[in-house]
Amino acid sequence: MHFDSDLQDLASLLPKGMLARAERAQGATKSGVDEGLARRSFLKLSVASGFALGVFPQSALAQEGKQAGPAALKPFDQPGAFVHIAPDGTVTVTINRLEFGQGVLTALPMILAEELDADWSKVRAVHGDADPAYVDPAFGMHLTGGSGSIKRSYTQYRELGARTRAMLVSAAASQWNVDAASLRTENGRVLRADGQSIAYGDLADAAMKAPVPHEVALKDAKNFRLIGKATNRLDAAAKSTGTQSFGMDMQLPGMLTAVVVHPPVFGARLTSVDDSAARAIAGVKAVIRMPTDRGGEGIAVVAQGYWAAKLGRDALKLVWDTSAVEKVDSVAQLASYQALSKKTGLVHFKADVSALAKAPKKISAEFTFPYLAHAPMEPLNCTVHVTGQGADAKATLWLGTQMPGFDAMAASKVLGIAPKYIKINVQMAGGGFGRRAVPTADYVVEACTVSKMAMAAGLNDPIRVMWSREDDIKGGYYRPMHVHRAEIGFDAKGKVLAWDHVVVGQSIAQGTPFESFMIKDGIDNTALEGMRDPYDVPMRLSVHHPKVNLPVLWWRSVGSTHTAYVMETLVDEIARATQQDPVAYRMQLMGDKHPRHKAALMLAVEQSGYGKRKLPKGRAWGVAVHESFDTVVAYVAEASVTKGVPKLHAVTAGVHCNLAVNPRTVEAQVQGAALMGLGTCLPGAAITLKDGVVQQKNFDDYVVARMPDMPRITVHIVPSAEPPTGMGEPGLPPLAPAFANAIAKLTGKTPRALPFKLT
Amino acid sequence: MTTSNINGRDTLVDADPATPILWALRDTLGMTGTKFGCGAAQCGACTVHLDGVAIRSCVTPMSEAVGKKLTTIEAIGGDKVGKAVQNAWVAHDVAQCGYCQSGQVMSATALLKGNKKPSDADIDAAMAGNICRCGTYARVRSAIHAAAATLA
Repeated sequence: MHFDSDLQDLASLLPKGMLARAERAQGATKSGVDEGLARRSFLKLSVASGFALGVFPQSALAQEGKQAGPAALKPFDQPGAFVHIAPDGTVTVTINRLEFGQGVLTALPMILAEELDADWSKVRAVHGDADPAYVDPAFGMHLTGGSGSIKRSYTQYRELGARTRAMLVSAAASQWNVDAASLRTENGRVLRADGQSIAYGDLADAAMKAPVPHEVALKDAKNFRLIGKATNRLDAAAKSTGTQSFGMDMQLPGMLTAVVVHPPVFGARLTSVDDSAARAIAGVKAVIRMPTDRGGEGIAVVAQGYWAAKLGRDALKLVWDTSAVEKVDSVAQLASYQALSKKTGLVHFKADVSALAKAPKKISAEFTFPYLAHAPMEPLNCTVHVTGQGADAKATLWLGTQMPGFDAMAASKVLGIAPKYIKINVQMAGGGFGRRAVPTADYVVEACTVSKMAMAAGLNDPIRVMWSREDDIKGGYYRPMHVHRAEIGFDAKGKVLAWDHVVVGQSIAQGTPFESFMIKDGIDNTALEGMRDPYDVPMRLSVHHPKVNLPVLWWRSVGSTHTAYVMETLVDEIARATQQDPVAYRMQLMGDKHPRHKAALMLAVEQSGYGKRKLPKGRAWGVAVHESFDTVVAYVAEASVTKGVPKLHAVTAGVHCNLAVNPRTVEAQVQGAALMGLGTCLPGAAITLKDGVVQQKNFDDYVVARMPDMPRITVHIVPSAEPPTGMGEPGLPPLAPAFANAIAKLTGKTPRALPFKLT
Repeated sequence: MTTSNINGRDTLVDADPATPILWALRDTLGMTGTKFGCGAAQCGACTVHLDGVAIRSCVTPMSEAVGKKLTTIEAIGGDKVGKAVQNAWVAHDVAQCGYCQSGQVMSATALLKGNKKPSDADIDAAMAGNICRCGTYARVRSAIHAAAATLA
């Protein structure tokens, strides 16, 4: 299959500005930012993809003609697609993002309920689908990513709540025959001056027939009752009692389960297949030879339940032909990356680095970062059911996904069914960290291929395609491996005279529909984001993007997973080399700029007792601060090294995310991201290849952080009333460098590789 | 075909006795609260109690459960300790994505049944086999301490 090229036409439908940096330039924390672009994009997407009016009659599209005002409100501004108020007063809010741990299933309803003056105890939330109403209003596509759910839907959800409230007030005013301006709202009721009131549930029918107001006044932040208040998650009970259903838990009448053998080397094909033993396994319904990702071949075993499918797969006797594909070897790859890093690549930042030759002090450093699997706890899965034939065919998909619109397009291409007859039911996802936002839609394409070929084999039942953990660890789409090389010249006071920096790593966007606007002059910014900032140093930054037969993908905090480590350990090293306190040195480098960085850093410093509190013998402080996705996180770490084994004991976080919508979630996201960052330090946290074959298979040989690794983490948030920025990713990048800086202080040597190598 | 007492009821399970308990629960009985995470006893998402002992159901065949009592996340709330753990989980907002939490709750309940006041080191040892990629460990720890306090 040549899926990449098939999807290229979608690129023209996507808006510019997918890059975090471009988005920052637009100032995307306000809604309305770049609305013209977003709305144009939406219109194009809706026309081209066939998501036409009437396909989703429950959506706001049906309301579009009803409102007064100069121009129609867009579907993503229509309350009808987002709020449902039942007669008993239950308010159900539809979220336009995937909930996969980050807490948007609670935070987005909080934002809407604030302006609605809803009774929070009656608020519930559900996932949206691939309806045009649920696009990201800034990007015009369905997207959960870039830590942008709250950032880019904050004003949208406030306005949705305010519009709904105005419609309820209007309905009450009609009923009472009074002026709407004389009414107020509180806790799910409209009240009038004499003390009478009507519950929202009793007004909802009339209210939803009222015109949708264009202009609505939003609350003054000082009157917030919900936004900014630590609030329990709406999904806490379901997720503590086993009643929460995930994509993996799909149960449909007659549903079959399929597992797919992927080629041992990416893109390899089959020479011979002996499936006689597999077909003999009780419960196996079909064994299907099928095209897989990257031009490869594989075998799907379709069976009643996972265990039969797995036994069938284990019984296959397959011979592979890997002669036509590149076989990656990690040792050779590292050597070639190291060689490349000694040459200047495509230049991203220009600077005169001639001062390097005569600089009084120098640092010459090489860093290595491995491939990393996302390994979300819920393995990938996608359930597909096709009904009808020919022009009457319709498909329904159930899956956890960060890009349902994209997946609908992919399903359409594979199944040969028009997009308007593809229904995507977004399921609660057990983590993702980027793995459910795949430009090639690999696991959706695979599931649709299985479904299509199974139908050709006479199986018309819904099929759930499941990945095992081994499929997941070996399945590619990793955080790319990187080598960084830095040559830094500075003086005795730590003034950087010249910094020559080369990055080597695969481009994530290359060859995807995102390429046209994420890659500029051959440079993929996802490999470089986080470099240099916030330090005004004369850095020449260049990059090499080698092509490797290994699919790569964004992994929680993307480029900052390595750039923060490099920047923050090198800056710390300059401070130590010039006998300066690392915090004071950073503050001096930032000068009178970067107030959010400085506020986050100083909050972490104050709260940790850094420099004031005496540490137990054998422990040292380590500091790092980094901005990613518009949020700044600073860590002050407390660590020790015993017999060559580093241990992280405590972490104090200073966070600047502007207004914290739900401080309880902000705390959780920082704790969790910090732990994932710590996980990247642990020996064994690496994907390596030999003869093109991934050497790891499960959690026994691909190491992730566990309970005993958990340090004490306290989280402090800088107070702010500015529109919120994201929290899903920014807690990750500064953890590893803060830990490394403490190790360097204890041992005199900065670890130059992740994961740490024990000595 | 095997018979076990599952969540208090004698249940005839129409699955080969070699089938792991996890798949008998999920695919044969439709009880999806118990999760598949690794299939190799590495992550703990599939933890259930067999005669009160926490086991990994992804590697334990149904034959091991014949004539024994199996308790899953669906019924652990009927147990005093299990209920206290679940209440603490909700009060502390432990879950993020939530996928591993069935297993975390089952492991924590087994811990508290054998150790009324676990130390941090006890918790580390008992919970080390339950992976959470979201990194909820800090709240898992506080919720276990809180549950222990309510049971004291």
